[in-house]
Amino acid sequence: MKKLLTATAAIALSAGTAFAAGHAKEVKLGVLIGFTGPIESLTSAMAGAAEMAMDEVTASGKLLDGAKVTSLRADTGCIDNGLATANGEKLLADGANGIVGGDCSGVTGAILQNVAIPNGMVMISPSATSPGLSSMEDNGLFFRTAPSDAREGQVMAEMLKDRGINSIALTYTNNDYGKGLADAIQSSFEAVGGEVTIVAAHEDGKGDYSAEVAALASAGGDILVVAGYLDQGGLGIIQGALDTGAFDTFGLPGGMIGDSLPTNVGPDLDGSFGQIAGSDSKGAEIFAGMAAEAGFDGTSAYASESYDAAALFLLAMQAAGSMDPAEYGAKIMDVANAPGEKINPGELDKALEILANGGDVDYEGATGVELIGPGESAGSYREIEVQDGKNVTVKFR
Amino acid sequence: MDVLNALVALSNFVLIPGIAYGSQLALGALGVTLIYGILRFSNFAHGDTMAFGTMVTILFTWWFQSMGISAGPLPTALLALPIGIVATMGLVVVTDRAVYRFYRAQKAKPVIFVMASLGVMFMINGLVRFIIGPGDQRFADGERFIIKARTFKQMTGLDEGLAIKTSQGITVVTAIIVVALLFWFLNKTRTGKSMRAYSDNEDLALLSGINPERVVTITWLIVAALATIAGTLYGLDKSFKPFTYFQLLLPIFAAAIVGGLGSPLGAIAGGFVIAMSEVTVTYAWKKVAGYLLPESLAPDGLAQLLSTDYKFAVSFAILVVVLLFKPTGIFKGKAV
Repeated sequence: MKKLLTATAAIALSAGTAFAAGHAKEVKLGVLIGFTGPIESLTSAMAGAAEMAMDEVTASGKLLDGAKVTSLRADTGCIDNGLATANGEKLLADGANGIVGGDCSGVTGAILQNVAIPNGMVMISPSATSPGLSSMEDNGLFFRTAPSDAREGQVMAEMLKDRGINSIALTYTNNDYGKGLADAIQSSFEAVGGEVTIVAAHEDGKGDYSAEVAALASAGGDILVVAGYLDQGGLGIIQGALDTGAFDTFGLPGGMIGDSLPTNVGPDLDGSFGQIAGSDSKGAEIFAGMAAEAGFDGTSAYASESYDAAALFLLAMQAAGSMDPAEYGAKIMDVANAPGEKINPGELDKALEILANGGDVDYEGATGVELIGPGESAGSYREIEVQDGKNVTVKFR
Repeated sequence: MDVLNALVALSNFVLIPGIAYGSQLALGALGVTLIYGILRFSNFAHGDTMAFGTMVTILFTWWFQSMGISAGPLPTALLALPIGIVATMGLVVVTDRAVYRFYRAQKAKPVIFVMASLGVMFMINGLVRFIIGPGDQRFADGERFIIKARTFKQMTGLDEGLAIKTSQGITVVTAIIVVALLFWFLNKTRTGKSMRAYSDNEDLALLSGINPERVVTITWLIVAALATIAGTLYGLDKSFKPFTYFQLLLPIFAAAIVGGLGSPLGAIAGGFVIAMSEVTVTYAWKKVAGYLLPESLAPDGLAQLLSTDYKFAVSFAILVVVLLFKPTGIFKGKAV
């Protein structure tokens, strides 16, 4: 009996170590973004970009002595806190070592508070931009490669002023992202002497926006700023406003920038303008080329941020020599910022090498990553104008 | 002149969109109410049945467009509509045979039917996304406007524009034709009468020799046609997206219940009550009041009763009031 017990214990032990050894060879990154819901048209490129970074690292064979990086995709629904939290738990159960996500601000906050903080898991969000997330107590577990909307509000206000616009009607999608952005735009625009005639929320996924358009039209204004989603209410509002002749020109913040909007609305959208996080760094170009090769659109909104989020995880793990969130979490700011060798997309191989030799890197990536304050991107923006049915970048701010 | 301007502004932003939206809701609610009347359960799969029918219509519309077939100034989708209806009829008859007939034979409680329909809803939901994808689809072609806001301003010299979209015109005309046909069918034909008899009293209808399976099948066929027409009109007027159709379920049920579940007339009334209340209660009257009132009285604020955030609260408040004081709905449907 005693022998049997010893034998069992020995087998169990060896099975345990074998399991652990097998585990060390694999780094699992959760990709927790809204594959369904309001921004589902953006998420396939976002996930593709994150996985491109993972493949690049796997191919290099230099991460933690040749670890293989696998992606675990899970859905947030963008606006579904229950789904997002459940899927966050599922990722942890599946053994994720880090989470790229969430995508929309509301679910990101929910995952952070209900999943990441209790379990000490690190999250890097490529697209959550609500200013509220800056002040949330995150135990150093939350980072984002997208800038806060407070900054976007300033950029938008400057842009409106430069274009000689004095009054705007403002509508926002009724969630954390929309409300935060609308507040930021309103306060920044009023600070530079502009007038906001009305601030009205709209619900996504309804299809009929006659009531909202009617209220906005009645309030009037030089242009209508739509802080919404291009696949959702934002599109419906613009269509409704154009059809009834209420507004001709629209201000389009980040959530509204995407190729599908000019395609869906048609020539009437020409002349509308907006901004989206993005920089004129060399990285953006390289990234777009890599994405084209991999078969997705690298200029799609938040794709480059997703690549950077995944890359930051892997570089931080390499720097810490561990895939334990408690150990590599503190390294994220180090690899993202100076000092060190500048790293563009496609050079993860080189970065891993430098880190393995104990050197320093300054990850620039596809968006010119520079993490400030509570671990969020400093924020440069592309000013976009719709010309001949295309989103054209007119300048950088 | 000011009175005219006020009237035009009101029509442009409230009346016309409200009437078009109301017609779409009414057609959807008619389908829900028929199922409730004859099969005695709330069909949660209705929104997705609409999506399925619209999807087939869209696929054939694209095929027609690629072959160069068009309906001139009218949208090509109208030509593809019959095919969509037939395909949807096939779908609902198959689901009825595969799912609901089993529970009918068991004389299952309505709530079991409702749950089964929830399952069917998710399956159709997945099927539609699988075939056409979750994104926005555009399929409207032909003339986009009957009259444009800018043209109207030039024509009349008024300050306010009036826009009527082709899709809005078609929606209202089609809704009138469909409703007229449906009422003629229910009231004048033998089959329609047997349906009403079955709805009023199932046992009596069986005794008088009405074949229940036939009544049920015909109901499904009519519902499929209504759902496809409602869905296609909605898609033409706004845009097609599976998610939106799923969400449409809420206002459609609100319309059917407010009007009185099981009452076709109620479904139509309910559709307009819900649509109009969403638009009017949250309308900012500033502009209209500015035209009508003398300058000294014109409001500085927006003169908005409730912010648009509350537009759903409005329709559901109506729903609650109706259920409290007249549980059978405006047009005395079956008790809920």
